[in-house]
Amino acid sequence: MKNDSRPINLGFSDLLHFRWPIVALASITHRITGILLFIGIGFGLYGLDMSLSSEAEFRALASILGALPGKIILWLLMSALAYHFVAGIKHLLLDLGIGETLEGGRRAAMVSIFFSLTLIVLAGLWVF
Amino acid sequence: MPDSSAAKMVTQVTAMSRNGISDWLIQRLSALLLAFYTVSLVIWFLMTPSLSYDQWQALFDTSWVQVCALVGLLAACAHAWIGVWTCGSDYLSDHSLGARAVIFRFVYQTTSILILIVYLLWGINILWGT
Repeated sequence: MKNDSRPINLGFSDLLHFRWPIVALASITHRITGILLFIGIGFGLYGLDMSLSSEAEFRALASILGALPGKIILWLLMSALAYHFVAGIKHLLLDLGIGETLEGGRRAAMVSIFFSLTLIVLAGLWVF
Repeated sequence: MPDSSAAKMVTQVTAMSRNGISDWLIQRLSALLLAFYTVSLVIWFLMTPSLSYDQWQALFDTSWVQVCALVGLLAACAHAWIGVWTCGSDYLSDHSLGARAVIFRFVYQTTSILILIVYLLWGINILWGT
């Protein structure tokens, strides 16, 4: 029984036609935050480079991170890290067979979103 | 030779270790290491609220910190490559982009690899340069 209209693989156009249950949103956010962190490594290296090159550069970095644009970038990257971290732990638990059912997966997605939002708020309190 | 289109071969040779199970394991192990680093760094920064340049400089002058930092960067780059590769092969697929998909994937993967190489060389230069 061959059903030829069955999708073969994911494509951008397919993504628009999908329904977006919470599990799917949690998953795509994990990927988006991953891409953000890939770019974020560059920001981290830039900061590390500045902080270690001289005392003047160290102070310059401190004042960049003390001003609003710097704080916003720092907080966004910390938020991406917080989400990716929590979603990653959820994945490791799934690997251990925890939360593999449909209902379990839904609950795991909700719990991971709750925990990461908490961490994102805490990171905001720390930065601002 | 079994059916192996050019596109299929490209996606296989560019995977981190050319082996799904091994990539899976590298992704998990690097994730555990990076999670441990993240928690340690957050705790360290919280316990060191007024960090001076001399303190920071002295910390990165010790060889165990330099080695740990490099291991962390290597783990981050390996982890990033597996993630970037996975996303690319999912979304820049033949199904979504047609026969040109292989070109898009090639450009995307090459750019990502170049960025990761720059990250690694930059990191080594920060840790041991000058």
